[in-house]
Amino acid sequence: MKKFLAVLHARNMEFLRDRSALSWNLAMPFMLVIGLAFTFSSGNKDIYKIGIVGGVDRLAQVAPALHSTKHIQFIPYDDLQPAIDKVKHHQMDMLIDVSGAPKYWINTSSPNGYLLERIVWGTEGHQFERQIVEGAEIRYVDWFLPGILGMNMMFACLFGVGFVIVRYRKNGFLKRLKATPLGAFQFLLAQLVSRLLLIMVITTIVYTGCNLFIEFNMQGSYWVLLLVTTLGAMSMISIGLLIAAHTASEELAGGILNIVTWPMMLLSGAWFSLEGAQVWVQKLALIFPLTHMVSAARAIMNEGATLSQVMPHVWVLTATSVIFLAIGAYVFKWE
Amino acid sequence: MSSIITATNLVKQYPGVLAVDNINLSIPAGICFGLLGPNGAGKTTTIEMLEGIHMPTSGDVLYKGEPLGARYREEVGIQFQHTALQEFLTVRETLELFERLYQHTLPISELIELCSLGDIIERDTRKISGGQRQRLLLALALINDPELIFLDEPTTGLDPQARRNFWDLVNLVKSRKKTIVLTTHYMEEAYALCDEIAIMDKGRIVSQGTPAYLLSEHFGDVVLQIPATDAGNKLIESGLGAVAAGDQLEIRTNSLHHTLQLLMENGVNLDRLRIRAWTLEDLFINVTGKKLSP
Repeated sequence: MKKFLAVLHARNMEFLRDRSALSWNLAMPFMLVIGLAFTFSSGNKDIYKIGIVGGVDRLAQVAPALHSTKHIQFIPYDDLQPAIDKVKHHQMDMLIDVSGAPKYWINTSSPNGYLLERIVWGTEGHQFERQIVEGAEIRYVDWFLPGILGMNMMFACLFGVGFVIVRYRKNGFLKRLKATPLGAFQFLLAQLVSRLLLIMVITTIVYTGCNLFIEFNMQGSYWVLLLVTTLGAMSMISIGLLIAAHTASEELAGGILNIVTWPMMLLSGAWFSLEGAQVWVQKLALIFPLTHMVSAARAIMNEGATLSQVMPHVWVLTATSVIFLAIGAYVFKWE
Repeated sequence: MSSIITATNLVKQYPGVLAVDNINLSIPAGICFGLLGPNGAGKTTTIEMLEGIHMPTSGDVLYKGEPLGARYREEVGIQFQHTALQEFLTVRETLELFERLYQHTLPISELIELCSLGDIIERDTRKISGGQRQRLLLALALINDPELIFLDEPTTGLDPQARRNFWDLVNLVKSRKKTIVLTTHYMEEAYALCDEIAIMDKGRIVSQGTPAYLLSEHFGDVVLQIPATDAGNKLIESGLGAVAAGDQLEIRTNSLHHTLQLLMENGVNLDRLRIRAWTLEDLFINVTGKKLSP
């Protein structure tokens, strides 16, 4: 424990005294959140989104004119309730259930829903049974915030840990530590905890600071959010440790880190929703810890999800943290 | 004297290169043992196998008769040839970091005094000189009060004054009855510090013993040096086997009295005659056929 704490303290000091890196770690997420909040504050969307329960093919049979209407995206859903929740939070403009007698759900406070309803009435849709959903709009920034903070955490976790360890290996510091009684697991755990503490403190500062300007939607518990983000950060740091466990070249480490971060950035739902994407893409996205962290954080913040509701994400993040750290410690090379 | 560390039939094979070729070493406790050799001779590979940093391809290393294990890490001190330290830490914080990695340690105040770190103790390790850095690295190697200390080319790159200061420090450590294993390019360093030396070339030990024993074994004679201007052709013609060495003429002899008599008989001016002792540098050239170059 003494050895672990010594390495943890030394790494914390190194990070905190590296003013330029620290400033950048704090400034970048602030700039991203504030900048994107203003950029996307109008929430413009090019097309209307209609969720379909019962199959899009079935809709084409029941309402061919509606199905062939341009600029409407039809998104298939298996279950009714999550789709109704989307309409409730203005994340989808309308829901149509064609599994039985056709019905549609509309949020009366949604401008898009109002316009879309008039379009639908011009087709076979005027015969569908009308259902009302009440619910306030989730602003784009509220949807976007977990993604942008999650993505910032991902870069800080992976590059922050990965590059530092490769640098230590390259300049011989790890070799010097190898000559001491310090074990690989103690060293890696200290790096993980150090990075985790710093990322969580920075993310909390950024969230609190941005919240003063934007006042984010927070329906759920901050404690559950803290648990999910901590586990998400742990999981991603563990990936960084695994990548750095064996690599001696910063160029190679950079390449591998990019290969890992780019798909995660594009497919985890941080930037845009994967609803409507190919099924295999959605399934692929589930292998990324960022997907689970962002999904859980959005559910907690925007829908008030409880711990038990986000438990599947919690398990995945815990398991990946343990697995990646264990493999990293096993394959770790001091030189 | 019992051996603190022994290496038996030590071999290190890298792809296409036999870096260490069947070396046997037995280093008695309490001495300073020097491993000498040119670049690529296999010194660092050998010392790093003794340190337990690299595994030998074959052969054994035993510390106090036991294979290297957890106890070894606690009882050995190492100063590598190239070592980076954790950045943004002061000298004191660096000492404290390494102090916490060991069970048994020397008080930091004692190390500060021993290695003369008092003036720089609160300074960022990135802002200390080469000599100060080597003193800090030695302090780190001594932090666990080790019985066996490895110093891998500790004075390479230092100016002559800093090098001599470091030698004083190593002699101070020697006086504490520690065993030191040292690699160096500098023959004068080996002569100043080492009780026993092994000369390595092409992965093998080509000569081993105390400096005095090796010099007497390889050189039974002495060298007389006379400025060429003082000797002229008389010396060349005297049949004493004089050879030119720069602006000097050198004569090797194992019968000094007889040679001096002959020189006087030939009317050679001996006012500026010098008798040069053989050095480890000469020994090195003699056994390896090449010069040491740092």
